[in-house]
Amino acid sequence: MHEKDVKFLEDAFKKYYFEHFDLIHTPKNPEMREFGYQKFNSGMNRHISLKSDKELHLMLMKNIPSDVYCSNAKYSFPNLPMAEKDWQNADLIFDIDAKDLHLPCRVSHTTKKCSICSSVFSNTDSCPQCNSTKFETTSLLCNECILGAKKEVTKLISILTTDLGIYSENIIVYYSGNEGFHIHASVPEYEKLDSRHRAELVDYLTFRGAIPETFGARTNFTKSTFPDLDDRGWLGRVSRAVFNSKSNKQKISKQIISDGYFSFKKKIESLQQEIGVKIDPNVTIDVHRIFRLGGTINSKSGLTKMRCTDISKFNPGLDACFIDESDVTVEANCPVSFKLKNKKFGPYQKERITIPKYAAVYLLCKGCASVV
Amino acid sequence: MKLGTEEIAKYPFLTEAGNYLREKGFTLEQFGSDSDLKPIIELAINRIQTAADGKIFNSDFSIKNLDKEVFSFLIAVILLKQSGMNTLIKRFSLSEARRAEKFLEKDLVNLHTNDELAIKIIKDLFSMNVTKSGDYFVIPASDYLMHAVHFHEQEWKLVNRLVDGGNVFLSAHEAVRLIRKELDNYISKKINSANIPDLPESFRSSINTLLDLAKKFKVQIIETTEQPPCVKHALEILSKGENLPHSGRFMLATYLLNKGQTIEEVAPLFKNAPDYNEKITLYQLKHLAGNFGSGTKYACPSCEKLKSENLCFATPECANIVNPLQFGRKKITNA
Repeated sequence: MHEKDVKFLEDAFKKYYFEHFDLIHTPKNPEMREFGYQKFNSGMNRHISLKSDKELHLMLMKNIPSDVYCSNAKYSFPNLPMAEKDWQNADLIFDIDAKDLHLPCRVSHTTKKCSICSSVFSNTDSCPQCNSTKFETTSLLCNECILGAKKEVTKLISILTTDLGIYSENIIVYYSGNEGFHIHASVPEYEKLDSRHRAELVDYLTFRGAIPETFGARTNFTKSTFPDLDDRGWLGRVSRAVFNSKSNKQKISKQIISDGYFSFKKKIESLQQEIGVKIDPNVTIDVHRIFRLGGTINSKSGLTKMRCTDISKFNPGLDACFIDESDVTVEANCPVSFKLKNKKFGPYQKERITIPKYAAVYLLCKGCASVV
Repeated sequence: MKLGTEEIAKYPFLTEAGNYLREKGFTLEQFGSDSDLKPIIELAINRIQTAADGKIFNSDFSIKNLDKEVFSFLIAVILLKQSGMNTLIKRFSLSEARRAEKFLEKDLVNLHTNDELAIKIIKDLFSMNVTKSGDYFVIPASDYLMHAVHFHEQEWKLVNRLVDGGNVFLSAHEAVRLIRKELDNYISKKINSANIPDLPESFRSSINTLLDLAKKFKVQIIETTEQPPCVKHALEILSKGENLPHSGRFMLATYLLNKGQTIEEVAPLFKNAPDYNEKITLYQLKHLAGNFGSGTKYACPSCEKLKSENLCFATPECANIVNPLQFGRKKITNA
């Protein structure tokens, strides 16, 4: 990123941090957490220990980071190298990202930036300027994608509360600041689980590895009896997905039995897409991760990782956009339009435009504009 | 908790069994010299022999034989420790774990309160909270995850269990089966940590019997040089210049380093990665090889973990291995 763009973004981020300390807090037991941050055009600084909100705010003002992270794990010595930190436990964390949902709308809001000539384009598989097939893709805010991600969050919370017995007051949902949601669950029983145990938990939530026998298949398949719609856990969810209503059960059961074991096995496997929660497994399995800190800005968008109290009503372009509205002139090249603060912007084709600072920051973070 | 002799006979690995022997006033010398106690030595050998054959020792719970039951276990532990034969110790502890499992299961089924010995053993020795609820045995999901991780069969995956309200619902058989591995470890640990004084010469022939018995378990390992499909896949992705996720790179590097390749041999494989940075790659490889910090050498992730990360491309040749490092390795035993 060009120096002047970095300067512009750092000024905007600094102003945000200065004016919104109320949104940025250290999590429970800050003295046991590892903090980290990145600056624009620079690598990661981690193994930092901060003991209070005050120290965190000071760090933000001193360094003006592009991104701020905090461990979900608690350590005895968070500022020592990884092997010496003495891991104690870790909150459960989940990342739901719209890019993993592979929705058909994606192609319509994805821009591509050629790695050779820096041209920005969309809808084609090679650069229209130099024909290169090497490019970086960036996706812009899309309502469909956010709705899809919200649906996954609702699925996740339902399983966490009913199956895993986690009280909803111990679950905090954040908008990630870009295209998804981060879910933090703080429950002593699950905090001690290591990464192997968490991998099993991930398989449970994503409905991976389910076998027909669990859902009633017998060695003599004709004798199989399938779960009821109101059964607990995955039994009921599978039953509802397969039979849809109680009245269909008998007829569809007969069909399943006549189709045979392998067809049923395939059916169970294919249900993973439909009923499994689409979380990023790596985030949940990793117990040494530093994860974006709530209330801080995501440099992929300039939007804030914001706590959602009512996810159904949450509107990222409105509720997570805190940069001010002063006019800024930028050179924009963004073939895709987007909406922030209920106002539509773009598409822009290599044009000089004057737009509110929050939209300029968004475009710069997406690599689709440069300060004039 | 004061235990009866029958309970000690069922679960002779409990500390109470050792106390019981002391209370009865027997010494090791007596077992070596007293011809009346010889049948106990024979029973101990028989117990080890049964375990070595992969079978479960059949207990005799008639009142007059309860002492024999308890003492034969303790003598078997002493003989095994003295023989130092790891294969026999492993087989014995597994067989004894399976034997105790049968009793635990029966005791669970006949449970009247949640305060009985079987529940206490499971809770105190294996930190698993189990309570009876109707026909089910209920275990907190977090406890289940910690114990079930030792299993590789699909049926033990949490997704194949009834989970509700933070609990997993199991049959008595399943609840007890869940701690077999730990019970096995507990018994083998007990044997390995047993503090045994010098055995009287009269035990020599029994020890020799065990040494002979152990001979047939010598294992020869034949290994192919072919790489497992997950590693092949990772190498293919890199050779095409495509992006291999961090978890894939970690698997590839730890696999090759654990197979004995050097950092200098492994590093060039990542040259094709779209975000290749020589300095960072070398730093990370050195870290994985244990050249920094505490010197921990990173292990290659298990097949199960690779499956969760969508990095497993199992073929029939994988044949139930649990870690890619086992691929192509065949054991040939004399047994």
